[in-house]
Amino acid sequence: MKARVHVMLKDGVLDPQGAAVLHALGALGFDEAKGVRQGKVIELELEDGTSEARIGEMCEKLLANTVIESYRIEIL
Amino acid sequence: MKAAVIVFPGSNCDRDLAVALRDAGFDVSMVWHKDTGLPNGVDLVGLPGGFSFGDYLRCGAIAARSPIVGAVAEHARRGGHVLGICNGFQILTETGLLPGALMRNRDLKYICRTVPLIVQNATSDFTARYRDRQPIDLPIAHHDGNYSADPATLDRLRGEGRVAFTYAVNPNGSQNDIAGVLSENGRVLGMMPHPERAADPSLGGTDGRALFRSLAGCLAHA
Repeated sequence: MKARVHVMLKDGVLDPQGAAVLHALGALGFDEAKGVRQGKVIELELEDGTSEARIGEMCEKLLANTVIESYRIEIL
Repeated sequence: MKAAVIVFPGSNCDRDLAVALRDAGFDVSMVWHKDTGLPNGVDLVGLPGGFSFGDYLRCGAIAARSPIVGAVAEHARRGGHVLGICNGFQILTETGLLPGALMRNRDLKYICRTVPLIVQNATSDFTARYRDRQPIDLPIAHHDGNYSADPATLDRLRGEGRVAFTYAVNPNGSQNDIAGVLSENGRVLGMMPHPERAADPSLGGTDGRALFRSLAGCLAHA
């Protein structure tokens, strides 16, 4: 089985990379872009039957820094 | 007086740190990240600067889960001293031994230059040889040194005198200009500036020397 983990900076945490991407979009004329948040996607290949709780532990212990990041698990 | 400097793949300030500690009187051993225990009788653990594990995932994230770090955390829990510089500070926040996180610099640039700092707490075991509010100059060299913590944590750090150093001119966007923070018991210090790169006149500065001498003074009497 496969799962995908989306890691994003928490709301309220400043995202300098997202701000730079927004600025670059504006410079290209994409004035409709009003905000950009940049995160990361981690794809996991797992033993069949791995529980979502177990993947949550992976996120808590390593994949996300929960001081500044939130995560969302998607089972594929 | 014994110190252990932890070496990760990608550490690049480990030997500089060892030189500065030896100069202050420490007996220093280098400890590989795959070791599971510290040498007997270690008083101080140094986590050096560098790019451990290529900064993959997040700076310090993978190093923080390496075998030796369990022993470092145990050392800290027993009241032992730990000094994390630059990548070492990132590792300390990733392990949770220090609060907050170090994010990408405000201007998204790697910054390598000597910057003015202010000693905010001159009573800790790491800073006793400085004067309160002393202005000092130390080099910084980082891409992710933008200290971030929630408002309650920032208030607590300030209220408890746990901000050891601030930037006189904020180079990286750090909240409250924070350059270095202490743990609750004052025995774990994480800082982005490099005192070990300013501990010898031939390297252009000696403002970092007092930090190692403070530690030596404190631990010699322990």
